[in-house]
Amino acid sequence: MSATVQRLPTAALPEPSAPAAVVSFPSTAKPPRSLGKTAARIAANVVPPLVVIALILIVWQILCSSPGATLPAPTQVWTDAGELILNPFFDYGQGDIGLGLRVLTSLQRVAIGFGIAAVVGVAIGAVIGQSIWAMRGLDPIFQILRTVPPLAWLPLSLAAFMDSAPSAIFVIFITSVWPVIINTAVGVRNIPQDYRNVAQILQLNPAEFFARIMIPAAAPYIFTGLKIGVGLSWLAIVAAEMLTGGVGIGFFIWDAWNSSRLSDIIVALVYIGVVGFMLDRLVTAIGAFVTRGTAAN
Amino acid sequence: MTYLRIENVDKHFDRGGQRSEVLKDVSIDIAQGEVLSIIGHSGCGKSTLLNLIAGLTEVSSGGIQLEGREVNGPGPERAVVFQNHSLLPWLTVYENVNLAVSKVFGKTKSRTERHDWIMHNLDLVQMSHASDKRPTEISGGMKQRVGIARALAMQPKILLLDEPFGALDALTRAHLQDAVMDIQKRLGSTMIMITHDVDEAVLLSDRIVMMTNGPAARIGEILDVPLERPRSRIELAGDRTYLRCREAVLKFLYERHRFVEAA
Repeated sequence: MSATVQRLPTAALPEPSAPAAVVSFPSTAKPPRSLGKTAARIAANVVPPLVVIALILIVWQILCSSPGATLPAPTQVWTDAGELILNPFFDYGQGDIGLGLRVLTSLQRVAIGFGIAAVVGVAIGAVIGQSIWAMRGLDPIFQILRTVPPLAWLPLSLAAFMDSAPSAIFVIFITSVWPVIINTAVGVRNIPQDYRNVAQILQLNPAEFFARIMIPAAAPYIFTGLKIGVGLSWLAIVAAEMLTGGVGIGFFIWDAWNSSRLSDIIVALVYIGVVGFMLDRLVTAIGAFVTRGTAAN
Repeated sequence: MTYLRIENVDKHFDRGGQRSEVLKDVSIDIAQGEVLSIIGHSGCGKSTLLNLIAGLTEVSSGGIQLEGREVNGPGPERAVVFQNHSLLPWLTVYENVNLAVSKVFGKTKSRTERHDWIMHNLDLVQMSHASDKRPTEISGGMKQRVGIARALAMQPKILLLDEPFGALDALTRAHLQDAVMDIQKRLGSTMIMITHDVDEAVLLSDRIVMMTNGPAARIGEILDVPLERPRSRIELAGDRTYLRCREAVLKFLYERHRFVEAA
């Protein structure tokens, strides 16, 4: 081992202009090659989307560069809203704050609304999964309610809560709770009879059965529901904030439209998309961590 | 002395107005420390009989008594070793046994006593080395060993084994049969085992209950196995009593009660 290490500098030094020569040494070849492989793999994943984004920007630039164009071209967006892109966390007072701060406000609302939806959804789903009669009674109603769009709930919740903040949270809750309920119910119904037998022989009480058997056994289904739910709740936040006002990212879009700042809207759309994507990945990652080992038997 | 008494048990299932008779007039008395096998073709209701004893299914008529007390529900004093082990895949081997131990002995044993008891039972089935593994990481035979450890850890009055080795290959099966014989000798457990393996039944049991074919299966014959314990499969291979018992079961299953729908 030491011999090869000693050979490396003497052999590599004479020809610093040819780094490929280093690769030819068997003992030292591995680290650079695997590094190169990692780089190649990353490039294979990063380059295609970058190329596509570049193409989209070019096409967009061409389409919106004509004098009669109704939407701003990318260069126009950059000059109009450059600060929004470059500095997400500025705070000039009077509600003039960066998009990052606005997103955080919206995420807070989503966290509350979706958090309630997760807890309530799992609880109701567990009941429906356990009881065939609860299932028969409630399932048709849920199937109808879940197709109601988020905006349609807004007038009702405004009327009921008489305040915009709880209405926005309610709209997020009511939009995202259905997939959690339905998926949890399916998961609970699919708990193998063997696990139920084990629970019966051990005489687990309902609370123990819920915590020790039902939740872990249904976890993969529950997380599928949570993943769909978090996506829906992020869809609902924009709709809710458009009407209830405040400082969120949804209200920002509505506000920008009212003052004809189209470039700002485009930047906000990208923010919303990226944050929604990250939320989805976050729930997926948590699900993968929590349900490890739960899958195959 | 009767330990477990099964008296005139009938079982039928009603589905959509149609009644299917599964068991008809089944009566057995089982003594403490006895190992009883129930053998029969598939569909003869032997698993149903075990579920009735376990309390997982209710009898339609007749009664089952353990130490004079009526069985009317599942409980840890009648622990079951399931055919497909039924370990919870999200728990480790240790945690699977712990689930049973903390439920059964949570109030009567201290934390250290429970830990020692779990390890003792894993030692009995030679699985203490894998206590931190999850069921997906161990072989089928090992899973079944853990299933046995979990059942033994409940300190049951009677151990019910539902085709415990059915899903295993022949060599693993032989190892586990030896392990069960060894455990039974040490603990003096009362066992009821469902099987469809003639050699397994003769090797392990004191008596073999042979079921007729369903529907409305009955007990066809009960065979005493007068072999000394401890038993060794190699010595028994040429033993006359062993061969006679084996022949009796084979004749019952394949001459008098051939399973017509099979094959």
